[in-house]
Amino acid sequence: MLTPTYYLVLSALVFSIGAVGVLVRRNPLVMFMCVELMLNAVNLTFIGLAWGLNDIGGQVSVFFVMVVAAAEVVVGLAIVVAIMRRRDGATADDLSVLRG
Amino acid sequence: MVDFVYLVPLFPLLGFISLMLVGRRLGEPAAGYLATAACGGAFASTVVTFFGIRGLEEEERQVTKTLFNWVIAGDFGVDVAFLVDPLSVAMMLFVTGIGTLIHLYSVGYMHGDPNFSKFFIYLNMFVFSMLILVLGDNLLLTFLGWEGVGACSYFLVSFWFTEEKNAMAGKKAFVTNRVGDWGFMVATFLAFATIGSIDYLTINGTAAQLSTPVLAALILLLFVGVMGKSAQFPLYLWLPDAMAGPTPVSALIHAATMVTSGVYLLTRVNGLIYEALLHAQWVTNIIAWVGVGTAFFAATIAIAQTDIKKVLAYSTVSQLGYMVLAVGSGVFVAAIFHMITHAFFKALLFLGSGSVIHGMDDDQDMRRYGGLRKLMPITSATFIIGWLAIAGVPPFAGFWSKDEILLSAWDLGGLNGKLLWFFGLITALMTAFYMSRQVFMTFYGDYRFGDPDADEVDEAWAAYLAHAQDAKLEAGTAADDAIEAHTKAVAALETAREAYVDAQIELSQAADEEATVAAQKVVDAKSTAVDKAEAAEEKAQAARDEAGAVAKAASQADADARSEASRRVEPAPGEQLTAGAASEFVPAAVKQRAEHHPHESNWQMTTPLVVLAVLSIFGGLLNLPFTSDLHFLEHWLEPSIVFEHKFAASGLTKWILAIVSIVAGGIGIMGAVMIYLKHNADPKKIEKPILLDAWGYDRAVSAFMGGPGAKMFEGIAWLDANIVDGMVNGTGSFVRGSGSAVRRLQSGLVRSYALGITLGSVALLAWFLVRVAA
Amino acid sequence: MSLQLFSFLVAGVVVLTGSLGVVMAKHPVHAALFLIQTLFGVAVEFLVVEAHFLAAIQVIVYAGAIVILFLFVIMLLGVDNAEDLSVEPIIGQRPLAFVGGAAILGLLLAIINSAGITGVPGNVDAPGPTGEVLPNVNQLAESIFTEQVFAFEVTGILLTVAVVGAVVMARRIPGALQPLPDIPAISGFGFGSTGDTDTDGDADAAMAAGDEQGDDS
Repeated sequence: MLTPTYYLVLSALVFSIGAVGVLVRRNPLVMFMCVELMLNAVNLTFIGLAWGLNDIGGQVSVFFVMVVAAAEVVVGLAIVVAIMRRRDGATADDLSVLRG
Repeated sequence: MVDFVYLVPLFPLLGFISLMLVGRRLGEPAAGYLATAACGGAFASTVVTFFGIRGLEEEERQVTKTLFNWVIAGDFGVDVAFLVDPLSVAMMLFVTGIGTLIHLYSVGYMHGDPNFSKFFIYLNMFVFSMLILVLGDNLLLTFLGWEGVGACSYFLVSFWFTEEKNAMAGKKAFVTNRVGDWGFMVATFLAFATIGSIDYLTINGTAAQLSTPVLAALILLLFVGVMGKSAQFPLYLWLPDAMAGPTPVSALIHAATMVTSGVYLLTRVNGLIYEALLHAQWVTNIIAWVGVGTAFFAATIAIAQTDIKKVLAYSTVSQLGYMVLAVGSGVFVAAIFHMITHAFFKALLFLGSGSVIHGMDDDQDMRRYGGLRKLMPITSATFIIGWLAIAGVPPFAGFWSKDEILLSAWDLGGLNGKLLWFFGLITALMTAFYMSRQVFMTFYGDYRFGDPDADEVDEAWAAYLAHAQDAKLEAGTAADDAIEAHTKAVAALETAREAYVDAQIELSQAADEEATVAAQKVVDAKSTAVDKAEAAEEKAQAARDEAGAVAKAASQADADARSEASRRVEPAPGEQLTAGAASEFVPAAVKQRAEHHPHESNWQMTTPLVVLAVLSIFGGLLNLPFTSDLHFLEHWLEPSIVFEHKFAASGLTKWILAIVSIVAGGIGIMGAVMIYLKHNADPKKIEKPILLDAWGYDRAVSAFMGGPGAKMFEGIAWLDANIVDGMVNGTGSFVRGSGSAVRRLQSGLVRSYALGITLGSVALLAWFLVRVAA
Repeated sequence: MSLQLFSFLVAGVVVLTGSLGVVMAKHPVHAALFLIQTLFGVAVEFLVVEAHFLAAIQVIVYAGAIVILFLFVIMLLGVDNAEDLSVEPIIGQRPLAFVGGAAILGLLLAIINSAGITGVPGNVDAPGPTGEVLPNVNQLAESIFTEQVFAFEVTGILLTVAVVGAVVMARRIPGALQPLPDIPAISGFGFGSTGDTDTDGDADAAMAAGDEQGDDS
């Protein structure tokens, strides 16, 4: 019998994988993809709980998360483009101008 | 009608502002009349307020009028609020009333001063500050006025600041008052910390619940402020120096109003002092003894002063001591009564002295005065009234108020009370003495402004002797020169004679006719030369003899002058001082004075004198002691004073005390009559130099502050620079140091930051888990 | 085992393998493809609980638009070079990353375990406000355009701002491009540095100079 808990467990797994990915990968594009993974993990939670609690609000949240994700990807990729123009093959570690 | 109280400080404020803006353009005398009008407006509104308060029931006669909330911090609040009650109204009445008179007087006194309008700016600002001081319903607002009058005092004392002495006097007044202000401020902090409120009604209301140490600390700290402002020992020493200011300032600020604000403050917190009287009498004893000590000490100094204003300054210090004694005895009515009568007669005396100084070409040395009664009739008549008032002659105002203070000291009971009374009585005697001395020196006796005083006679003699000696030396030198010239002439004669003898020998040996003729010619020439030399020698001899005679005469004259100087006798007291043989040599200033003609002052100056003289005569009516119905002031002040004071002394005791004090005053006056009017004794026996020097106290303080004191303060400055600032700077360098340590965390690596976020969310999740589990 | 659970498990395997692939693929293009796999799996999971509209959006917007955008960028910049995953320049980053990931996973599971979820699963048959059973899309629309209409409008602004921002940032700036500063030292999160200490020294010197200036003023 499927319960919301299944969704939550799956979500936790995907979220952790995404988090480790963000921390381990150096290519900014791949880091973005890992962020997308984490967002999808959260979406899974929302959907699972919307179903489990019989509340449409969870689905509405997912909708907004998707919009925000789209906006974030647009801006993020623009930043990546701006950086990559300046130096080919730059990794996230090269961008340490904010060093204190 | 109580609402009119807002107008009271508003008038001087408006006057101050408008004079700031257009004062210089208004010029003289319009600026002065504007300022007078502003002060008069304040007086008129005070009168209206007075009737407003009188119209209220006695229990309702404490009205707090709030302008706005000033300081708000949690439960603690300070309002800009005026406490209108009989006490503040009484104070305001005489502040604005006397203030108006002195404004008018100043129009005449400051005539021709280049900074005429500036003077009135300060004067109006002073009145405004003073009214804020009086009206403030809490310690902070009073402190604002307190500092305001202090600043105005500073401005006005050093009004003629181009003279170093005046500027220094202003600084001295300001700095000495800061010491007192320290006490005031700490008392305010203490009231805030212990009572939680700094308004007078609350302080007086909760006085009974305060513990004795807190109560004592509050009173004594406030008393430190009073010592500064009301010129009590040991902080009195700024007041005599403050006489450097224009005389109206001395009258208004340093006699009538500002210096009494300390006594006013103590009366404002009479709830505290009453509590101390009941449970900690040593506190009020300190106040009483400081008061009577100051009164006594200042009176001894006043005896020997020669500057007319210095006498009045020490007299003011002494009279303020009386008021403080009254407060220390717990009889606030007596303090306020004396404050009011003192304001009348001391303002009168100061203004009178100003009129004298004005008439005497700004000379303040009383030894040069004398016989001014006929030259300045109004001034002298009013001054004499002021003198009778301060000397405690009934029925003038000062007698009643001073007597009440002495009575309240006696009424404390025990040896303590009797000692206080005794010192007060001796002070009254001395007061009568030095004031009579002043009056006799100034207005009685012979007119001697054109005569040299003792110092100037000495100066003349010194000049005379120096002149004779110079003449002697000169004649001696001339005689020496003549002798030398004579010796030379004798030598020349010898040479001429030898040449003549040689020529005759030549003639006797002449070989032929021709040679004989030539030799004869030479002999004739030599003979003529000898005759000439003889004539020259005779002339030189005559010159020598003459010079010798002159030198002898000069030497004789010098010797005569010296013997004359040695035979100079001290003139008998009261005798006209003359330089005798040396009168040719008196300093130029004396001659200048001789050409000066004293004159009565103009109407702006004499009108206030007359008004104040009337007040000084009838001021005692405010609170006559005979029956309870005549205690107008006491009944008026009842709502402001926490408890009603009833004298324990019987009616008979009161009469005896009054007669004793009249006798004491009479002895003082009689003593002065003997010495200064009838010249039965030498005043030098009384006017000791140490008294003139104020017992050396002032110099001792200066020496201490210049020497060890300065070192101590440098030490404190070092502490401040290194320890206090060190702590502040240490905080700064600690932050900077820890910052540069933490800076290394800012690697600029995005993934490191992400790791930080991750670890943070782990912590957050852990917290969630704990909460969910719990 | 119901069909529902079966579908969930199959899709879950797809999602998990996909996400592991995203993280482990050396090549960004491969990572993007694995991401598409994951997103499809998620879409199926949406379908399992009958969130039809969101499943469609998931496929169209996410898999269709966003990942394609990723691929465009990869192709555009020519950065399809592989990343050497055996090297980690930041000391201590990788072990800490795994510890952090594991901790998050463990804690999340613990929280899921301890938090009981109550309610009757299922939203298909939920009656709408008028009493009749509305389809999922209608329910969603009703919520978005009534209760959440303000948030919805704001998302419109957000997207516009994002578009403008992207254009501004990605536009070509005339003139020579300023190269990125070359920073040899890479130091971790307070765990020392693989680089030399010279840069640190320089930085300190610069700081000191700044301090002097500050003191002067």
